Amino acid sequence: MVDLTAAPEILRTADGRPLKSALALAQRKAKWRAFFLVLPLLAFVVLTFIVPILKMLERSVNHDGFSSNAPTMVAWFNDHPAGADIPEDAYAALVTDLKQMQKDRTAGAAGTRINYTVPGTISVFKSAAREAEKLQPPYKDALIASNKMWGDPLVWVAMRNASSAYTSDFYMVSADLKRDANNSLVRVEDNQRIYVYLFLKTFVLSIVITVACLLLAFPIAHLLAVLPMAKSNLLMILVLLPFWTSLLVRTSSWIAILQEQGIINDLMVWIGAFSEDGRIRMIYNQTGTIIVMTHILLPFMVLPLYSVMRVIPPSYARAARSLGATSWTTFRRIYLPQTLPGIAAGSLLVFILAVGYYITPALVGGADGQLISNLISFHMNKANWSMAAALAAILLAAVLLLYWLYDRLIGIDRLKLG
Amino acid sequence: MALPVYASPLERVWYYTFRILCALIFLFLVAPILIVIPLSFNIEPYFSFTHKMLTLDPSGYSLRWYDTLLTLGVNAPDDAVRDSTWWAMVWEQATWVKAAKNSLWIGMWATILATVLGTTAALGLSRPEMPYRRLIMALLISPMIVPIIIIGTGLFFFYSSACISPDNWLGWLLSPFLSAKGCLANSHLGIILAHATLGIPFVIITVTATLSGFDQSLIRASASLGANPRTTFFKVIMPLILPGVISGALFAFVTSFDEVVAVLFIAGPEQQTIPRQMWNGIREAISPAILAVATILVIVSIAMLVTVELLRRRSERLRGVTPH
Repeated sequence: MVDLTAAPEILRTADGRPLKSALALAQRKAKWRAFFLVLPLLAFVVLTFIVPILKMLERSVNHDGFSSNAPTMVAWFNDHPAGADIPEDAYAALVTDLKQMQKDRTAGAAGTRINYTVPGTISVFKSAAREAEKLQPPYKDALIASNKMWGDPLVWVAMRNASSAYTSDFYMVSADLKRDANNSLVRVEDNQRIYVYLFLKTFVLSIVITVACLLLAFPIAHLLAVLPMAKSNLLMILVLLPFWTSLLVRTSSWIAILQEQGIINDLMVWIGAFSEDGRIRMIYNQTGTIIVMTHILLPFMVLPLYSVMRVIPPSYARAARSLGATSWTTFRRIYLPQTLPGIAAGSLLVFILAVGYYITPALVGGADGQLISNLISFHMNKANWSMAAALAAILLAAVLLLYWLYDRLIGIDRLKLG
Repeated sequence: MALPVYASPLERVWYYTFRILCALIFLFLVAPILIVIPLSFNIEPYFSFTHKMLTLDPSGYSLRWYDTLLTLGVNAPDDAVRDSTWWAMVWEQATWVKAAKNSLWIGMWATILATVLGTTAALGLSRPEMPYRRLIMALLISPMIVPIIIIGTGLFFFYSSACISPDNWLGWLLSPFLSAKGCLANSHLGIILAHATLGIPFVIITVTATLSGFDQSLIRASASLGANPRTTFFKVIMPLILPGVISGALFAFVTSFDEVVAVLFIAGPEQQTIPRQMWNGIREAISPAILAVATILVIVSIAMLVTVELLRRRSERLRGVTPH
């Protein structure tokens, strides 16, 4: 008879260790082995990708142009809470700093920082620094006499906010906001709202391009999915060829096709549809951006659609037809719902890529076909680094949100290339 | 998709309309790529077909733009004898030749880095025990998703501060790879690292795809037959995943070879590459010489595409995945 009260014998490995702990150890080891294989790449990506992006994010909240060059003012702002009236000793501190700026030639740097929030202040700083040595007390009257802006409470609000190197001002400017005299946020004048408009335009153009890609990709993905393998493989090459061809090649050939003396216009004039003077401009404007980006992003829509459509069994559609559905009903109620995962994957991917596109709008966008990326590049070229970084950070947040959505809905491990 | 016998007349019309529609979309996809080829032989400095070209008059065609690729930037008279000294000058001085050399050099090292690191990581990521698999995968793929302008901006800030003085021993050791000031900015190494990062997602995707059908029991079989992990890797795993590795490497190379934005942000005048030269050409004086380069690049991309396609089929055959 078995003694049920005795402790159950622990299963052990050959060398006498409990099986449970031996298994746990083996699994832990396997985990570490897998992790060590990934580790070198992880370290590499952190160094060449994560660290640069963190640097950029830091730039977007840091600008020491004013705070490092105006120490007396920084001290004054720290000692005095924000008040309505600016007393004489604040102006005296300002003049002390302006004199030093003139010696160090840093008035431009300090003025640049204030200029982001109160446009037109660079020259005010520079000329005040030049005259600082000649100014006589009382400084308040002397400075206001030299330039009315020194009496403007907005300039003082801006200087107070710039007295710390860390600031959210660049995000504020990116949202087309400014501070009024009471340090509360208000929207800038209508004619100066450029950033929100450009973000919206980028968003709308990306949707237009995504829809255009979907409309063009759907028929050919369907054709590829239903053709016999040998034929569809051949046609697939036509989809993959643009994928493998240099972006700059594709962009320059579109210039050849769409420009005023280009192939389409020549053809239209030749068949008599356009007169010689009636040539239309299809490039270096928004139309150019949309056409060329649709062409460039089309393969990213075709491939996910194709991989979903290929596995849709044709028997469902046949069953629907045999039960009396018209071909339109069959398409709408049977086929289309089954392609939704492909539509979602392709549309999200194309939209993500379109939102951050830079090269094509820069080359064929002209004046009105520019996207937010082009504005980032513009600020980089003007050395407005913090401004560029703030805009890039906002774009990054949007893209990461979409990426997260993509991962949740589709899963990045299902991303395929060709 | 043959037309069924019971199709109504309307369906017949739609069937052929659909085919024509698809043909037009395929034309939209491919025509802009193929059109550069005849245009690059234009004798006139225009971006469009001349009357002579359309009537197939041989005098409308020439190789002058291909010649420009060799002579631009070469300090020799136009009618110089094309002997070996002339070719040596072309090799050393021609703007496009220098750009091609830079592009190939950068592309080669970026590909090697991305392929070695990416393949190793993909092996780890395909193991079922891998912790935080999804998160790490998302991170490693993100250089493909994050807009290049953001990466370029970040690299600009990072590289201009990533300097090391040649006086200290590490700086001395690294100085041949860095710029004159000892920075990653304006150096070949800086671009190679950036391009490798951009190529890594492609290697990860292709190699994990190859590994997804990989039969893990083959590793156990090999181990039970007495092979050590190294032998198993080179004799069992490597031959099976090689097609994926090579296509990943080709993707990484093409990414680097076509990349212009990061180069614009972090490269100095010494790092002139083909895309950067084309970029300048398109923005400033647009000359058919660009179309000549474009034609060469199209031929290269067709060759790459065919290679990858053949590799993919080989891989499917090896892994026993039936083509659909």
